[in-house]
Amino acid sequence: MRLIVSFAAGGLFGLGLLLSGMTDTQKVQGWLDVFGQWDPTLAFVMGGAILPMVLAWRLTRGRAPLTGGTFPIAPQQDLDGRLIFGSTLFGMGWGLAGLCPGPAMAALSYGGFGGVIFMVAMIAGMITAAPVIVRLDRTAANT
Amino acid sequence: MEADWIWGLIGGGLIGTGGAIYLLGNGRIMGASGILGGLVDGSGRSTAAERIAFITGVVLVPFALWMIMGEAPKTHLTSDISVIIAAGLLVGLGTRIANGCTSGHGVCGISRLSLRGLFATLIYIFAGGVTVTLFRHIWGLI
Repeated sequence: MRLIVSFAAGGLFGLGLLLSGMTDTQKVQGWLDVFGQWDPTLAFVMGGAILPMVLAWRLTRGRAPLTGGTFPIAPQQDLDGRLIFGSTLFGMGWGLAGLCPGPAMAALSYGGFGGVIFMVAMIAGMITAAPVIVRLDRTAANT
Repeated sequence: MEADWIWGLIGGGLIGTGGAIYLLGNGRIMGASGILGGLVDGSGRSTAAERIAFITGVVLVPFALWMIMGEAPKTHLTSDISVIIAAGLLVGLGTRIANGCTSGHGVCGISRLSLRGLFATLIYIFAGGVTVTLFRHIWGLI
């Protein structure tokens, strides 16, 4: 059951990314290009995605997930160095190529050779991040 | 161009519905970088099957749609391999360090009124905007 839920959620996610145009790097870079031909599409995608999620968070109250277990508790709301540093790096990469992890996966079948290269580089970055995070956390704990 | 925002809204709605199903069904936050990242760095080994099922859905449904439509959707990804590699590395590193990307922090975080989610979203949009401005309009590299 958990696998079916995961597959269905992933499928809707992939379909939404494709239909919204978010696997088209031109649309994403167009959103970030405020001094060029600005494209507001991403704002509509975000808005359209946040709406069902607001409802979903509301429905979690006093309930348990369908397949058992518990709902994730909200993390500490610290705006720490890791959040700032990581989001900055991510934003730079996102701006450079116009791809973030979701669309990179969704476009894997039709993104061509470049899309595969991006995916490989992204996975390499994710693996590299593990020791970097250990280091950052140690530094943060010492200060 | 006029229809783009409508498709954005429809696609966004499907993305959010996927996130809602994942949350209410499995009690998990739909963050693309977290789901993939936990798989590749070994931190999510105990939930590997669910992660693979999710990613299979993400890849397979657009592929099926492409087969039905008979024409590959446009991606406009640059052909400059060095830009692609640099971008991929930054995205991989950054999303793991920040514990989330557009889907996790943006969609699932903001909808929960998470300060961290909102803050991360503002930072990566700002960093992306500065990057596009510098590399496109000042240096002419992308």
